Amino acid sequence: MTTTTTPTPSVVTPPPPSPLERFRVPAGFVLGAVLLLGVAPLVLTDFRLNLLAKYLCYAIVAVGVSLAWGRGGLMVLGQGVFFGLGGYAMAMHLKLADAATTGETLPDFMQLYGSGDGLPWWWKPFANPAFALAMTVLLPMAVAAVLGFFVFRRRVKGAYFAILSQALAAALSIWLIGQQATTGGTNGLTDIQGFFGYSLDDPVNLRMVYFIIAAVLLLLMVLARQLFVSRYGELLVAVRDSEERVRFLGYDPAGVKLVAYVVAAGMAGLAGALFVPAVGIISPALIGIVPSIGFVIGAAVGGRASLVGAVLGAIAVAWAQSELSDAFPAAWTYLQGLLFVLAVGFLPGGLASLGVVLRRRRAATRTTGESA
Amino acid sequence: MTVILNQSFTGISIGAVLLLIALGLTLTFGQMGVINMAHGEFIMAGAYTTYVLQKSISSAGVSLLVALPLAFLVAGAMGALLEWLLIRRLYTRPLDTLLVTWGVSLMLQQLARDIFGAPNVQTSAPDLLTGNISLGGGITFANSRLFILGLALLCVLGLTLILRLTPLGRRIRAVVQNRDLAEVSGIATGQVDRITFFIGSGLAGVAGVALTLVGPIGPTMGTNYIVDAFLVVVVGGIGRLKGSVITAFALGVLQSVLEYSTTVSVAKVIVLVAIVAFLQWRPQGLYTLRTRSLA
Repeated sequence: MTTTTTPTPSVVTPPPPSPLERFRVPAGFVLGAVLLLGVAPLVLTDFRLNLLAKYLCYAIVAVGVSLAWGRGGLMVLGQGVFFGLGGYAMAMHLKLADAATTGETLPDFMQLYGSGDGLPWWWKPFANPAFALAMTVLLPMAVAAVLGFFVFRRRVKGAYFAILSQALAAALSIWLIGQQATTGGTNGLTDIQGFFGYSLDDPVNLRMVYFIIAAVLLLLMVLARQLFVSRYGELLVAVRDSEERVRFLGYDPAGVKLVAYVVAAGMAGLAGALFVPAVGIISPALIGIVPSIGFVIGAAVGGRASLVGAVLGAIAVAWAQSELSDAFPAAWTYLQGLLFVLAVGFLPGGLASLGVVLRRRRAATRTTGESA
Repeated sequence: MTVILNQSFTGISIGAVLLLIALGLTLTFGQMGVINMAHGEFIMAGAYTTYVLQKSISSAGVSLLVALPLAFLVAGAMGALLEWLLIRRLYTRPLDTLLVTWGVSLMLQQLARDIFGAPNVQTSAPDLLTGNISLGGGITFANSRLFILGLALLCVLGLTLILRLTPLGRRIRAVVQNRDLAEVSGIATGQVDRITFFIGSGLAGVAGVALTLVGPIGPTMGTNYIVDAFLVVVVGGIGRLKGSVITAFALGVLQSVLEYSTTVSVAKVIVLVAIVAFLQWRPQGLYTLRTRSLA
């Protein structure tokens, strides 16, 4: 749109906290931590807990989406790229470790499809666990930093940025599919057996993976919350709502946006890395355009600007997806489409804002009722 | 030499397909700022219209000729309906249109799956379009590709004439350049929006008819082209037909030359890097609409 439209903040601001509400956030956090770390492992079967671990990985991505999109107004449609980079970095190490335990030097799929000239040079460093772990976060952050630097510096924004980040997701998944011999092609990296020396066939070790994922999610939520209430968090909201004014005040909006984008990318990378031991696979189908939009949709349905809303939305959509799509594939697709249309189109603050919207509507009808 | 010529012709025909798809987007995305992810499904609607027509009209040539205007109407009507139901509520939040129309696109894909089945279907091309034209020396042009090229250029011409010469075109351009000023000048901007959306979506339907000549018809056919088409509009510049035409052919030729010298997947990545580099030079695209807007 070329006309001057003031970007309307699509977020319903919560009322200022009363003294009683000051403990709402820490109490809610403790409750969430108890549910995730205490109650869920007790009441859920191994199978369900493993599914929950998978949803929590999506929730970790949603923390980053809430930061970059909810607070920063950056529509990050390419989170699949960073999820994939983190996932592949982790999976490459685990595949190499698996191969080493059986005395091989090449991962199984390379023995099948590889050209037979040994391990590609860019696989070799991933045999080192410390390097691989660092790469799960640093590689996505580096890619985001390079793209973000060039894009934000030239003030490419809004729809253009969304389309570019989407194209990046398409390009990465097409590239991965094309490199059958070194990336596993369409299949991706599958059949991962161990996790730093622990067998993933053992349910006890899968429970351990769940605890790691839940702990990381809680940790990142604390981190994001601290960022939100910091000076930087306020600057980020200011850039979202009126980038030009922030520029006139002497700040550099490009730098502010870059930080949010890079942090969100790092979180998505970490989520991808944790997804691999929980699910045992990473493939181009998990990181292309469709899943990339999925990462954003979960946060949008729950409430992009509210951290808890985004996290719960991501978990709820992922849960509904796997519960309903097997039983009623056709009905679920219609329902999913309708959910996106209604949640994003008519409730921009997501389900997290439902209470505020209803309260405001009730208040409005009451006033009009009295005046009539 | 032969290789170069054949390869650049492949590029031009990729460009023609891109152009045909991007034309509708130039209107709806470039001019109105709406990111319509369901555009790909309007393409699909056009393709299935052709398929249905072939069931009743046995002559492939006649059915193709009937399909072109009919697909325009079918896809256009879907677009106008979408605009009326959802998009007009979202003009102040252009980025959210992406997510909302993504939901619509999911539903339309499932609808196609329920009606026509999940597997791809095929239409038969008219005899006239199945052959090749040989220019000697091993250079051959596929007739169907030439037809698409001609169709794309015809659509560009038609759209240009409508935008330049008709009162409707003047109103559309006025709304694009300054919505508020157009509104106070007595233009019913809501109505113009709906007509613009009708034309843009209708062009997607025409693109769908053309795509039946080069590939299978299936519920997910739109998704394969949609991102590339958006990139064409981004690089071409907002609301500029000229930019879209040049960009579509440039990207098509670049893609096909790179595919020849590397692989399909590497070519995709290089094209994307080239686009980001290009936006460093011209962040608003090849041709920009000068406004006093700060945004």
